[in-house]
Amino acid sequence: MSAGFKYFFNELKRGKLVGYKCNDCGAYTCPPQSVCQECGSENIELTELRNKGTLRSLTTIYIPPTGLEDEAPYTVALVETNDGPWIIGRLDHDPEKSGQDLIGKKVSIGCQELHPVDYYPDKEGRVAPLFKLEET
Amino acid sequence: MREMRDVAVIGVGHTKFGLHTDKSLVDLFGEAALQAIHDAGVDRKKIEAIYIGQHGGGITDGTTNLGGFMAEELGLRGIPSLRFEGACASSTVAFREAYREIAGGWHDIMLVGGVERLLSAGTSVGTKSLASAVDGIYESNAGLTFPGVFALAARLYAAEYDIPLDELREKMAHVSVKNHKNGALNPLAQWYGKYGDLTIDKVVNSKMVASPLTLMDCCPMTDGATACVLAEGGIAEKLVDKPIYVLGAAEAGAGGIYRQKAEMIRPMTRIKSSKDAFEEAKLTPDDIDIVELHDCFTIAEIIASEAIGFFEFGEGADAVAEGKTKINGKLPINPSGGLIGKGHPVGATGTSQIYLVTKQLRGDMDPMPDELHVHGAEAGMTDTLGGDFSTLSNIILSVRRRGE
Repeated sequence: MSAGFKYFFNELKRGKLVGYKCNDCGAYTCPPQSVCQECGSENIELTELRNKGTLRSLTTIYIPPTGLEDEAPYTVALVETNDGPWIIGRLDHDPEKSGQDLIGKKVSIGCQELHPVDYYPDKEGRVAPLFKLEET
Repeated sequence: MREMRDVAVIGVGHTKFGLHTDKSLVDLFGEAALQAIHDAGVDRKKIEAIYIGQHGGGITDGTTNLGGFMAEELGLRGIPSLRFEGACASSTVAFREAYREIAGGWHDIMLVGGVERLLSAGTSVGTKSLASAVDGIYESNAGLTFPGVFALAARLYAAEYDIPLDELREKMAHVSVKNHKNGALNPLAQWYGKYGDLTIDKVVNSKMVASPLTLMDCCPMTDGATACVLAEGGIAEKLVDKPIYVLGAAEAGAGGIYRQKAEMIRPMTRIKSSKDAFEEAKLTPDDIDIVELHDCFTIAEIIASEAIGFFEFGEGADAVAEGKTKINGKLPINPSGGLIGKGHPVGATGTSQIYLVTKQLRGDMDPMPDELHVHGAEAGMTDTLGGDFSTLSNIILSVRRRGE
């Protein structure tokens, strides 16, 4: 049984990126799910992942879905964490200057609390990983 | 593999794709369904079950339970009538299940189709409806939209294959130019008579939706319905002159793009689904004469053409830029205009592709012009993607029975 999405986001708000470590293959699963995301084993245990990663892709959204009009334009990024799993979040950077040159950059992983919207499972609000570019 | 009966498409129907503010989901489906039934020349009462693909009705029209209402609309009260949901692949998923019902001997004649009303829902609600096909928790929270998924894929494609982004964007634009050129000639298309003279510059410089994808990299939101009648092989031959046989029907599922990682540009779901479909059909990619494939975005067509095995990984962008996928090219992809030129009424798209390949293989293009006909095509394929590469389904159709 997965610890669930609310646990993941509550921990993220406390500055912790949590997931599972597989006792069979050693891979990390993040965000949490019921079995190891790499080998499918149920023999997994809760763990904290390093909150560092590498930016693998990004896009600046100019046309948002209903309810998010006040947030656009915003940049959504795909980050490979240092422990292996990839996660999706927002990039803390000027959306108009978030281009291809940022791919490969190192980021730290924090979080951003966003207002609640209809059609989302958490009625109290949304929490998204927030990626900050590391100084080079 | 278990013993299976032959199954054929014997009738097809397709509403005009575009804006239908004056028609409900049930109204639209009824129109396409009756067309398909009349095309087959089958007694409507012989239809034993209805399977429909529908995605966003709960968001766009405030209605989700459609199965029984569709049966009632067609005067078929009492038969099993079900709605299938697989995002943009919904009606291909429904088609595959119906094919299996008939192949397995559970039914002899079935009606399959799909319907969606996205354009009439407006951009904001339509975008939300489409966005409900991505991961509802770990992608929706950040505001990832559907164009956003493919924007992430486009940048990853450029990075992984070491192509300068501007160069990739130009190659992607060739998909839009080609599909709009075809769609402008298709009277069923949303963009019929429009954008036939689109240029690479216009695509690259149109309004940015989700960088680097512009409006002209994206398929439009569309209202429409499509349907087809499926029958067991022997029955099909008695009813129509040119049954189009279903030789392979496969499907694969996966989670969000964050689980698929870099494989999103070599999607495992599509590789597996197309491979399974080819194996079942006893054919290879070289045997396919025409493809209607899921070009929801320009980059999507490129990724699909590689994963199915038509081109090597990283070479699909060059293939389209070199004209290999035009109607007179080595492998015509989306001669109908595809989702980009024809429009994308999500739930109706899969059986729209079935309609189009069936028309091509029959050599009966009406109401489409002969310019869109791939002459001599004997085997065709459809490819439909739902969610962020999370539901993938491929159908292989032929003028011949399996093994003939």
